[in-house]
Amino acid sequence: MCGIAGLIWKGGVTSDIGSEMTQMLQALKHRGPDSTGFALYGKGEEGVYVLRFKVAEQEDMKTGFDIHKQVIERKAMVDTRLEEMGADVTAREDATEYAFRYHFKFGGDLKRLIDFIEDIEGVEILSVGKGLELIKDLGDAAIVAEQYGLKGFVGTHAIGHTRMATESDVDIRSAHPYWAYPFNDVSVVHNGQLTNYWTKRRDLERRGHRFMSNCDSELIAVYVADRIDQGDELESAMSRSIDELDGVFTYLVATSDQLGMAKDVMAAKPMVLYESDEFVGLASEEVAIRSIFPREIDTWDPYQGEVKVWAA
Amino acid sequence: MGSVTTSHEMGLHEEQLSGRTQQMYFSATEEENFTYPWAYEVDYDKSAEFDAADMGISEINLKIRELMKSGHGSITVQNPRAKHSLGVGILNRLNLKFEGSLGYFGCGLIDGPNVHITGRVGWSCAENMMAGTVVIEKNAGSLFGAAIRGGDLVCRGQAGARVGIDQKGGTIIVGGSVGAFTGFMMQRGRMIILGDTGDNLGDSMYDGTIYVAGKIASLGVDCVETELTDLDRKYLQGKLDLYGMEAPNGIDSIVKLTSGKQLWNYDNLEPTEKKLVL
Repeated sequence: MCGIAGLIWKGGVTSDIGSEMTQMLQALKHRGPDSTGFALYGKGEEGVYVLRFKVAEQEDMKTGFDIHKQVIERKAMVDTRLEEMGADVTAREDATEYAFRYHFKFGGDLKRLIDFIEDIEGVEILSVGKGLELIKDLGDAAIVAEQYGLKGFVGTHAIGHTRMATESDVDIRSAHPYWAYPFNDVSVVHNGQLTNYWTKRRDLERRGHRFMSNCDSELIAVYVADRIDQGDELESAMSRSIDELDGVFTYLVATSDQLGMAKDVMAAKPMVLYESDEFVGLASEEVAIRSIFPREIDTWDPYQGEVKVWAA
Repeated sequence: MGSVTTSHEMGLHEEQLSGRTQQMYFSATEEENFTYPWAYEVDYDKSAEFDAADMGISEINLKIRELMKSGHGSITVQNPRAKHSLGVGILNRLNLKFEGSLGYFGCGLIDGPNVHITGRVGWSCAENMMAGTVVIEKNAGSLFGAAIRGGDLVCRGQAGARVGIDQKGGTIIVGGSVGAFTGFMMQRGRMIILGDTGDNLGDSMYDGTIYVAGKIASLGVDCVETELTDLDRKYLQGKLDLYGMEAPNGIDSIVKLTSGKQLWNYDNLEPTEKKLVL
């Protein structure tokens, strides 16, 4: 079933999007209690990348052999490789024992750096970006937000997801949002099922794209990344996806300064939209939008095959 | 054989039913009662209102039941805040007003009440409604009036996709536009759309009538346009007047659609079956 939500403050206005998205996703908890994910877009510093990565799954932490030592070793390996590639790490924070947040400055080939780090066993980069921070873990929104200290995260826009696992495992790897590797600041959340997943995945893999999980939603992130790579604008990439992706889906894409939504031609998956002069809110259910706007608001369902993009 | 001949004589119908069952037995000697046996006696002049902002879904629905039980015939619920499944399963005469919006499955499975919603409704509003009226001032989500069997369901704004899917009776009126697959597998009843429609209007409809005042993106399989008769005009005028609505370009601009009945193959045999019979 899954619940998705998105919000964007227009005209460069910033707000406590960390708390807002937590409230929205908590209101959608009944649509999927397995895992919760956030893609939050802050202002960021000039020339500084934010790297979010994990070195183990939550399940590994419980059962893995000698895992606590391995986690430390893996992290040390990441540090070594960052240094080796000439990245200047300015800040290190650990959200949990297995998930970290680094700030770094880097002038070289970012894709090469990412590939080099992900080559380490058990290491997955959740996001790299100037504004984007991608957080996902098992549990509901309140638990994840508490664990990663998301309250008070100031930014312009965000997307989020509460997952009911239907197509793949309950782990962080298969949790949303997906980062559109290797493009900075692009992330995707999706509600639905894709039926031409394997055909499209093989096609994209042949063109050199990486898949981290067996989750069909990852395909959308990779697909959008591929289209952007070929020079498409976000909106045209999304319009094209309506024809090329098969199945039932409603998805949201965020870039460093844009938020987009697309709905399949059957309109099979829900989406409620609220738009005012300063704010746009989207969610699988109106209760999510109401959790941050308790007053009466005008909302509507976008129609089948509709693509909309808003700028921050 | 013994003298016991009927199940009644065997006492099967008097025993307390302990399992999970929906069967209700009655004695043939009792006076026949075709109405819902536990309907409350309510007085429309006796009104009550309450604030639902901090109440849970079951709490709100139970509160409505409680008020009906104590004879309140006019109930106003403030701040429903788009919660799901509100005002469901009301099998009673009642004037119910929601001051705000409902979430999914609002006013489903109702039989009798007159509901007025000042905000918007989410997916599957008034699903399987049997009788009564539901009037929504703003927009409605998808699956609006799914499988309704009677009563009037009115949305003054626009509605989502699959409006009146599997409709089996009653009237659905939408003031604005509707999405794709509206009237999908419609079986009976009438639908009046004053705005535009999405693709595949009336796809695979068995029967029933769809009236459209706006543009039709495309017709579904076996949905055909037919002539608007004087009876239709009278019906449309009457219904729209009742809810203070009007067709943007007048009643005569409305297009009437029904089933082409080309898919009615219930009694036909498959070619292989024919061989067997012959």
